[in-house]
Amino acid sequence: MSAISLTNVSIAYGGNTVVHDASFEVAPGESFALVGESGSGKSTVLRAITGLAPEWTGEIALLGKPRGRTIDRAFAAECQMVFQDPYGSLHPRQTVDATLSEPLAIHGIKGADRRVPEMMAACGLDPKFRFRLPHQLSGGQRQRVAIARALMLEPKVLLLDEPTSALDVSVQAEILNLLKRLRREQGLTYILVTHDLPVVSFLCDRMAVMKAGRIVEIAPVSALADDGLTSDYARELVEKSRSGLA
Amino acid sequence: MTTREWLLTESPSSRMQARLGRSYRVWRALIRNPLAVVGAIIILALVILALFAPFFATHSPYTGQLTQRLLPPSGDYLLGTDELGRDIWSRIVYGARITLVIVLLVGAIAAPLGLFLGAISGYFGGWTDRILMGITDVFLSMPKLILALAFVAALGPGIENAVIAIAITSWPAYARIARAETLTLRNSEFIAAVRLQGASALRVILRHIIPLCTSSVIIRVTLDMAGIILTAAGLGFLGLGAQPPLPEWGAMISRGRSFILDQWWVATMPGFAIVIVSLGFCFLGDGLRDVLDPKSGAKS
Repeated sequence: MSAISLTNVSIAYGGNTVVHDASFEVAPGESFALVGESGSGKSTVLRAITGLAPEWTGEIALLGKPRGRTIDRAFAAECQMVFQDPYGSLHPRQTVDATLSEPLAIHGIKGADRRVPEMMAACGLDPKFRFRLPHQLSGGQRQRVAIARALMLEPKVLLLDEPTSALDVSVQAEILNLLKRLRREQGLTYILVTHDLPVVSFLCDRMAVMKAGRIVEIAPVSALADDGLTSDYARELVEKSRSGLA
Repeated sequence: MTTREWLLTESPSSRMQARLGRSYRVWRALIRNPLAVVGAIIILALVILALFAPFFATHSPYTGQLTQRLLPPSGDYLLGTDELGRDIWSRIVYGARITLVIVLLVGAIAAPLGLFLGAISGYFGGWTDRILMGITDVFLSMPKLILALAFVAALGPGIENAVIAIAITSWPAYARIARAETLTLRNSEFIAAVRLQGASALRVILRHIIPLCTSSVIIRVTLDMAGIILTAAGLGFLGLGAQPPLPEWGAMISRGRSFILDQWWVATMPGFAIVIVSLGFCFLGDGLRDVLDPKSGAKS
């Protein structure tokens, strides 16, 4: 049974199809990357899986169960998402404590006073940040809070939408190390959307290359190093990345 | 560590401390604004006058001596007496109670109603939005005082009906503000994140959207208080608000109108009361806008 499987999924926004016939499978515990340029539809795939983009056809299954088009609590407990912009993904008037307790309150889970500090520690957040507001935190700290929030419900699958692209280079490395460690410790399955190929080779096992709403190639990440990519576009992307253009 | 340091610390150690610290910051920003302080003092004075009216009043607000009618301001009658020999100062002090009750009731009915309807409308969009905003537009397109007049005429004169009438005519503005704020918030990532956690629409609206709309609505309500007082006074002036012998300020002006040329103080003194209190609410509202504005709030 795969953690996530997409079969011939096409996704539209307001009648305008932006992703065509996407199919891939992600095994439990695997880390899978969706790469491509801006506008290639990679974030849209994540939004369709979560239910934020409900206009899709085809089949999406999470841990063997077919996905509906709405967000329900059972789904929320198994699959969470980390957004790209840590400045926009935290409620500006809620403390870290309130943000992290919210998922527990929604699912009626007790013991927030114990779980919140535990999760903060697991995500490398100093306990002194617990009652701060987002504007009192740095970008990297905010992204740690966003990751902690996504993990509060102990999901099996984590969707990462360019989790480091809004951060400074030095902070990017910290967040990537954190994600790598969390995956190892908690046996998480990742789907990572990025345009940054070094991030893919650091964090992922397999990748799908997307262009203009279509998946052009699915290959193991080792292909990046040993020139194992077959499609022209994927090679082009790697070339651009090496010469520092992408 | 002083209390001040404890309140302003960057790393509060409990929920309580974080909340107190935030209130203290708002309070500090507010008292740095001179106009807001003036406004707050006026409102505070109004509240104290209303609460301890028997203590401040020098005479009975309801019974006067006909031998003492229409006396000019003097040591005995601070602001003079009216046509029934009642002390105007005492009537204004007791009238503060009526004004305050009207303002509070209208605020308590209209603001939450408008906030809730506006947030629902903005969050769901589509047909919900069209229907709710259609109703809002109908109410907005009618002149406030005329609509209030119609309600009072239908329900009968009296303070309760005046309050209902003013509340019914003032909620649409708050609904519009709340809807506009909600529209900017509903597609933001932090709302998407809460939805992804499985939160119901009601929870998202009540716990995440409404708290962010509240500050603009509070500012607007405070600024509108002056208008509410004036509408209440207008209804009183027309004989449709508080009924005699209640010392409502608008009604007092109305009674004094007949004597305005010879005994100016009868109509002017309650007029001053209305002006000062309206001004107080406006100043406070302006101050609150500077302090609570979500765009500047992030920095404080």
